Amino acid sequence: MSSGQRRVDVEVESKRPDETPDGKGHPNTCPGCGSHYRDDELKQALRVCPQCGHHFRVGARERIEQLVDTGSFVENDADLRSADPLQFFDLRPYAERLVEAEMETGLGDAIVCGAGDIEGRTCDLAIMDFGFMGGSMGSVVGEKFVRSCERAAESGGTLVSVSASGGARMQEGILALMQLPKTICAIEDLHESRGSMISVLTHPTTGGVLASFASLGDVVLAEPGALMSFAGPRVVSQTTREKLPDDFGRAESNYRYGHLDAIVPRSELRATVAQLLGLFEHP
Amino acid sequence: MPNEAEMRLRERLSKLGGMKLLRGTKLSGELARLQDQLDQLRADPTAEEIWQSVELARHVDRPYTLDYVERIFDDFFELHGDRGRADDSALVTGLGKLDGRTFVLIGHQKGRDIKERATRNFGMAYPEGYRKAMRAMSLAGRHGFPVVTMVDTPGAYPGVAAEQHGQGGAIARSQAAMVRLPVPTVACVIGEGGSGGAVAIAVADRVLMQENAIYSVISPEGCAAILWRDAGQARKAAAAFKPDAAHCLELGVVDGIVAEPEGGAHTDVDAAAQLLEQGILAAFEEIDDLDDDDRRRLRREKYRMMGVLASTA
Repeated sequence: MSSGQRRVDVEVESKRPDETPDGKGHPNTCPGCGSHYRDDELKQALRVCPQCGHHFRVGARERIEQLVDTGSFVENDADLRSADPLQFFDLRPYAERLVEAEMETGLGDAIVCGAGDIEGRTCDLAIMDFGFMGGSMGSVVGEKFVRSCERAAESGGTLVSVSASGGARMQEGILALMQLPKTICAIEDLHESRGSMISVLTHPTTGGVLASFASLGDVVLAEPGALMSFAGPRVVSQTTREKLPDDFGRAESNYRYGHLDAIVPRSELRATVAQLLGLFEHP
Repeated sequence: MPNEAEMRLRERLSKLGGMKLLRGTKLSGELARLQDQLDQLRADPTAEEIWQSVELARHVDRPYTLDYVERIFDDFFELHGDRGRADDSALVTGLGKLDGRTFVLIGHQKGRDIKERATRNFGMAYPEGYRKAMRAMSLAGRHGFPVVTMVDTPGAYPGVAAEQHGQGGAIARSQAAMVRLPVPTVACVIGEGGSGGAVAIAVADRVLMQENAIYSVISPEGCAAILWRDAGQARKAAAAFKPDAAHCLELGVVDGIVAEPEGGAHTDVDAAAQLLEQGILAAFEEIDDLDDDDRRRLRREKYRMMGVLASTA
């Protein structure tokens, strides 16, 4: 480095097991207390550990099942796929990673958008999935989020966003960074048309997603223990050599510092979102 | 007779243009403008040229925001503090005259010597810096002063206190404030446009980039550490994600490239400042006469189109 400056890396797409706080061991073994569950048990428990209350990750489809009235969800823009404008190639081509992620998750990209009812109240939904390339935001995530905002703006309704993301998608380079202002413009338009947004942050919501739409809800909620930091703990400790507090960047710390309206356990999330949808209904 | 570089750029543009594109892509409407700028462009930058930009953008002698401010603005008066908690000197704000008009200036500021680098935190702002920027933006909106921003940061500071004070939210809200501004805005990437910390003050009607500046989603070292598992592969990473000005223009992320003196801005700071001033004034000329509502609408439409998509439909 010619300038002698310390380099900082603030966009983290974390996929390695040693980087994902929940990722150690079997996916159905609780990192909080070591209890192990069958998948159907865990699904039944909304993927919250019945022993210690640890919140496991939830994929987008299952999140929709948890939140939305059965049979009411209608998906939009399912056909959108990432292009590869930079023809990005690291150890493997981006195009190959995309295909693999789609095979693994059954999703076209890291977000599922649509409309549905929550306890009888209709809303637009934008639900992220960490399983698709670390929930990273590229052109498709940005575009689908924006279209959801536009649909909510049209009806003067509410957009419910559930984020889970390592940040901007490096493989789309600067265009991934441009999804920050793009999504923010859409929220500004939504607010100007008297629409509203409820942002639910789940583990983890970091980097460019935290630094854009996820932070801009009229109401911002988080699940217990969710990491919500701009820079990840590893980057912070390596860059600054500071000793990190135990709850660094977690929802509980963010709540204390005033960045959240409430921490809502998953079992209460559906009822809480429904209550807010009622409060934001305009006569 | 187009030269080889121009031919390569045209070829790449047509390749992009031939992809299956939906609404949300910028290329169709922008081809004409891109072609206008072809003559300003250097060759399709090779990996070595991209890395040269990275090195020049970070050069120890590269002019920083205040070097340009003293050459471009008259009667500059610096505004300090976020009126809440602190004054973050990694980001400067102030008022100054240019062409007889009062402007609001917002820019990252790196330090020149060791002591100043520490004070300026290497140009890495805390949330307090972005809140100071928002304070300056709201002042600009109130008084109808146009806003110039100068972007030069490795990134927003990744520290414990920065997170506790709400780094992510501050960056999001700073962008939202720029989206809302009723006044004309021009952003210039003058060195390192590092990720969220950069775009926090770069959402503008016209975004310019100096010839040897870089603008990227992550630092080359960070990208290499994650994707190659080796920070030493930074050159490869930079070649892959293409943070140079020519690529940013081609992708529609910036609206224009500002030339630098031969060898880089540091070789002749006065000349670099003069070129930057011309670039800024020309950009304002394009947007000054627009109605405030139209300008704000066009600004949003520009960002609405950012990205390249495909479809299975």
